[in-house]
Amino acid sequence: MIRATLQALTSHWWRNPLQLFTLLAGLALATALWSGVQAINAEASASYDAAAATLGEGQFDQLTARDGGTIPQSTYVALRRAGWLVSPVIEGRLNGVRIVGLDPLTAPGGLGPVTVSDGVEIDTFLSGSGQVFGRAEVLNRLPDIDAERITAPDVAPGTVLTDIGLAQTLLETDGLTRMIVATEQPLGRPALQDIAPNLVRQVAQDGSDIGRLTDSFHLNLTAFGLLSFAVGIFIVNGAIGLAFEQRRPVVRTLRALGVPLRTLMALMAAELALMALVAGTIGVALGYVIASVLLPDVAATLQGLYGQTVAGTLQLRPVWWLSGLGIALGGTALAATAAFWRLAQMPLLAGGSRRALSMAAGRGARVQGGLAAVLLVLAAVLAFTADGLITGFALLGALLIGAALALPLILDRVLALAQSLSSGVRTQWFWADTRQQLPGLSLALAALLLAMAANVGVSTMVSSFRLTFVGFLDQRLASELYVTAEDAAQAQALTTYAAPRTDAILPIQSAMATVRDLPTEVFGARIGPTYTDNWTFLSAGPDPWQQVSDGTGILINEQLARRTGLAMNDMVPVGDSSFAVAGIYGDYGNPIGQAILSETVFAALYPDVIALRFGLRLPPDEVSDFRAALTRNVGIPDGAMINQAGIKQFSLDVFNRTFTVTTALNVLTLAVAGFAILMSLLTLAALRVPQLAPAWAMGMTRRSLGAIELIRAVMLAVFTAAVALPLGLALAWALLAVVNVAAFGWKLPMFLFPADYLRLGVFALGAAGLAALWPAWRLARTPPAALLQVFSNER
Amino acid sequence: MNVKILILCLLPMTAMAQGFAGLGRDAQGFAVPQPDPQFSFPADHGAHPDYRIEWWYLTANMTGPDGTPYGLQWTLFRSAMAPETRDGWDDPQLWMGHAAVTTPDAHFVTERLARGGIGQAGVIADPFTAWIDDWQMTGIDDARLTASGPNFAYDVDLTATGPLVRQGDNGYSVKSAAGQASYYYSQPFYELTGTLTLPTGDVPITGTAWLDREWSSQPLADTQTGWDWFSLSFDTGDKLMGFQLRQTDGEDFTYATWITADGTPTPFQDGALRAIPLDNTEVAGRSVPTTWRVTLPDRGVDVTVTAINPLAWMDTSVPYWEGPVTVSGSHTGQGYLEMTGYE
Repeated sequence: MIRATLQALTSHWWRNPLQLFTLLAGLALATALWSGVQAINAEASASYDAAAATLGEGQFDQLTARDGGTIPQSTYVALRRAGWLVSPVIEGRLNGVRIVGLDPLTAPGGLGPVTVSDGVEIDTFLSGSGQVFGRAEVLNRLPDIDAERITAPDVAPGTVLTDIGLAQTLLETDGLTRMIVATEQPLGRPALQDIAPNLVRQVAQDGSDIGRLTDSFHLNLTAFGLLSFAVGIFIVNGAIGLAFEQRRPVVRTLRALGVPLRTLMALMAAELALMALVAGTIGVALGYVIASVLLPDVAATLQGLYGQTVAGTLQLRPVWWLSGLGIALGGTALAATAAFWRLAQMPLLAGGSRRALSMAAGRGARVQGGLAAVLLVLAAVLAFTADGLITGFALLGALLIGAALALPLILDRVLALAQSLSSGVRTQWFWADTRQQLPGLSLALAALLLAMAANVGVSTMVSSFRLTFVGFLDQRLASELYVTAEDAAQAQALTTYAAPRTDAILPIQSAMATVRDLPTEVFGARIGPTYTDNWTFLSAGPDPWQQVSDGTGILINEQLARRTGLAMNDMVPVGDSSFAVAGIYGDYGNPIGQAILSETVFAALYPDVIALRFGLRLPPDEVSDFRAALTRNVGIPDGAMINQAGIKQFSLDVFNRTFTVTTALNVLTLAVAGFAILMSLLTLAALRVPQLAPAWAMGMTRRSLGAIELIRAVMLAVFTAAVALPLGLALAWALLAVVNVAAFGWKLPMFLFPADYLRLGVFALGAAGLAALWPAWRLARTPPAALLQVFSNER
Repeated sequence: MNVKILILCLLPMTAMAQGFAGLGRDAQGFAVPQPDPQFSFPADHGAHPDYRIEWWYLTANMTGPDGTPYGLQWTLFRSAMAPETRDGWDDPQLWMGHAAVTTPDAHFVTERLARGGIGQAGVIADPFTAWIDDWQMTGIDDARLTASGPNFAYDVDLTATGPLVRQGDNGYSVKSAAGQASYYYSQPFYELTGTLTLPTGDVPITGTAWLDREWSSQPLADTQTGWDWFSLSFDTGDKLMGFQLRQTDGEDFTYATWITADGTPTPFQDGALRAIPLDNTEVAGRSVPTTWRVTLPDRGVDVTVTAINPLAWMDTSVPYWEGPVTVSGSHTGQGYLEMTGYE
C-alpha cells in the first residue's frame, strides 16, 4: 500500500516538474545564501581565533619598548629574575612570512604549538634544527631552512610559529619584540619601572576588541544571510503550499481508497525531508562556491579595515554541512507546517476540487493586520529605547516581519483606492482582478520587499560608512607624507633636515593612559592649521584647539566619551593633571579611547616618550622628490615613508572591495526575489484560467490579457518598492544608530543615496517584469480551446 | 627521589635509551654514575650538564609562634636534552622549579620552567647560587632561600649544623636490582628561621631543613612504577632517609641510610627497610597512602608516619604528593614524605 501511495504522490512531481524545480531551487538558493555567508563569517572568525590563540593577542597584557624598538634579552631575564612572569616573543618577516618565535616553557597556557604537557614533541621543538608550524601554503613560502615544517591549520594565516631561539636565528636578531604578561603573578614583585623603565605595559584589550571591530563587518554579512534565507523560505513556503493544494484531489482519492491520514502525512513528510536534504546538499555546495568567490574580497576588506589577516582560501568545515542541512530541513518544516495543518483538518471527502485562491479572508486579514501593527509599534518603541545588541536585533526583526505582514494589507488598500478612483469597466476589472490575485502573490511580494529593503538598508549603511570614513581619512591623513624614524637620533636628523624644507612637521606621539578605567591612547599634537582647518567635531566648544593649546583643554574621541560618560567641559584626569573636555571627535574603527593634548603638555606628562613618527606638510607635487631626498640625506628607507595619497587610495580600495561583496549579495538576493515572483505567477497562471476565460469571452484579446498580466506585475513591484524604500531606510537607521552603537560604541552618521535607490528600483522592476514575461507570454499563447474548456468544466 | 616526575615531566627522558655505549656513557652520550665516586666541593654543588638529570631539593619542617606546624619545599630540577651546555636559547639544559608551603589545612604550590643559556635559571658552584626566575638559594653552609607564588612566598635563612652526608655507597646510590644508580648526597642538618607569606599574612617561623643533591642519567628501571620517599628526623638527633621503589612485579626495592646525630651514615640495602601503607586519602581523584608504618629492625625503628596535611598534592606539570609528616612509635620526630606514581 505504501508503495502504491508513494507512487501516486510522486506522480504529481512527474506531471509538474516545474513545481519540483521551484521547491528544490528555492530551498537550495536559500540554503546557499545562508551557508555561504556563514562560511565566510566562520572562516574569518576561525582566523582571528587562531591569531588570538597563537599569539596571545588580546587575552594577555603585553610589554613593549617605549620607543617601539626591540627589547634586549637581558631585560627579559632581569624581569624574570625580579619575579615578573613574562614570556618573550619575537616577530619579524622572512620572505613575506610573519615569523613568530615563542618560548613554550614560559608562554601562558594554551599559547604556542606545543606545551610542556604535550610530551616528546617539545624536545624536538626546542632542540636540534627545530620545527616551524604554519599553514601549508605559508610553510612553502619560507626559504630553505633546516627546521622541520609542520602543517598546522590553526596557526594564523601568513604566520609561522617556532621556538624563540630559532626565530632569532632566522630573523638575525638577538633582541625581543614584546613580552606576554601572565595573568597570575607571584607576590612581592617590584614595579615595572624599577626593573625595565624603557618598557610600557599594554593592558589586555578585553579579549574581544578585535572581534568587536570585525563584528561590524560580519554583522552586515549575517544580516544579509538571514534576509536571503527568509526570502528563500518564502519561496519554499509558496511551493509547498501549492503542491499541497494541487494534490488535494489525489489525497482525497487515496483516503477514499483507505489510506490512513497518518500514513499519508508521514509519507508526505518523508518526501519533503528527502527533498530538503537534496536541496540542502545542493545549497551547501552552492554556498561553498559563493563563499570561495567572495572570500578573497572579504579577506582583503578585513585586512585593510582592521589589519586582520584572514586566509584567502576556504576550508570545508563539517559544521557547515550540518548547519546548512539543518537550516534546509528546519526551513522546510517551517514552510510546510501550515500545509500539513490544513491537510489534517481536511474532511475525508471534501476538498476534491482545487480551492480557488480565495479572496483574502476577512478574519485572517484582521489577524495579520493586528500582528503587523503590534510588531511595527514594538519596532517604534524599540527605536527609542533599544540600548543593546539584543534589543537592536529585536528592533530589526520587529521592523522586517511587521512590514512583511503589513505589505499585503497596504497593497490591498492601495488597490481598493485605485479601484474606487477608476472609471471604465476594463480598468475597474483590472484593479479588482489584481486585488483578487494579491493573496497568491503576497508571499512573493513580501520576498521582494525584504530583498529590496535589505539592499537599501545595507547599501545605505556601507555607503554611509564609506563617506564618513573618507572624511575621517581626510581629517586624519592631512599630511602629505608620513615618515617613521628608526630611533631618536634619526628622528632628530629628520626634523633638522625637514624643518627648512617643509611647511610643517607634525610629530605623532602617544602614550597609554587609563581614563576612568578605559585604556586610552593620549596623543601630543603640534597644533597648527593642519589641525585647526581640517578637524571636524561631533561636539565642541567655540575654539577647541585654542583650549588645547592653552593647556586647559583636551579632545577626546567618541568611544571614550560614550563609554566613560564624559561630556563637554567635564574634567579628564591624565597623569597628575586634569583637563576640560574641549571637543569630542569621531574616531571610527578605533577600539580604545583616545585623547589629544598639546605637544607641550604631553611632553611635560610623558617626558620619556620620543616621537618617531612624523607627518610632513609640503606641496603634493614635491612629495616624490622630497621622499627620495630623505632616503638619500637622512637614510630613511623608502618603506618607512607613506604617501598620504597612497593610504587613501588603499582605504578606498578596501571600500571598493566591500562594495563588491555587498553588490554580489544584492544581486543574489534580488535574483531570489525575482525567482519567487516568477514561480508565483506561473502557479497563478494555471489557476487563473477560469477567471480570465470570461474576460476573453467578452472580447478581450489574449494578447491584451497577457499585456495586462505584465503591467500588473510591474505595478505591484512599483508599489512594493514604494514600501521597501522607507523600510530599507528605517533598517539602515537601525543598523547605524542602534546596532552599531551597541556593538562598537560609535554612531555612524547616515547619508542618503537617491541615485542608488533609483537604480535599485529599476533593477527590482526589471526583475519583476522579467519574472512576469514568461507567464504573460504563455497566457497570450493559451489556446482558445483551453479557455473555452473552462466553461464546459464549469458544468 | 623524584625520578618518576622527571621522567614524565622533563621530556627528553621519555625517549631515553637505557643502554650503555662505551665506558661511563649511554647511547646519547650522557655520563653514567660509576661506583665509588670522588666528589669535589664546592664544584659538585654546581650543575653537571653531562648528566641527564639533577636536582637541588630542599624540604623543611617548621613551626609558627603559636606552635602550628608548617612544611616548605624548594626544588630546582635540571634536565638535559643533550650532554652539554651552550649560551643562548639553544642551550639543551632545561630547568624546572617547584615551591610549596604546607599548613595543617592548606597547601600552596607553584611551578616555574626555564631554559638555561640565557641566565633565567642555573646553578653556580662557587659562590653557590641556584636560581630560577626570582627564586634562589644562595650559599651552602649559610644559605638564604626564597620563592614566591601567586598566593604565597617565603624568605628563610639556613645554617648547617652538621656535615654533608653521602647516601648509598659513599654517594653512589643504587636504585634497582638491575643496577640503575645516581650520585646522591645530602645536607640534613639545617637550622631554619624566616618568614612565610600566606594569604592570611606573614608568619615568622623556625625549624629544620634537609637538602638533597642527586644527579644521574638512567635513574629508574622500566619495571619501577613509583616511589615512596621518607626523610625523617628523630628527636634523638638521628635521621633516617629511606625509599621504596614500587615495581610492577609487586616486589619493592628499598634502601635506607641511617644518619647519626654527628652525621655518620650507615647504608641499608634492599629489604632492610619496610614501608607499609596504613591509611589512604582521596586526593585529586586518586587514593594516596598518607599514613605509613616504617620499620628498620636493625635500628629498632618501628614508627607510624602521618601526613600533617593529607591533601598536600603537588598540582604541577606532572602531579605528585609531597608534604610534612609527624613520626610516632619507637621513635618520635618529624620529616617529609614524597610519593610519586599514584595514578
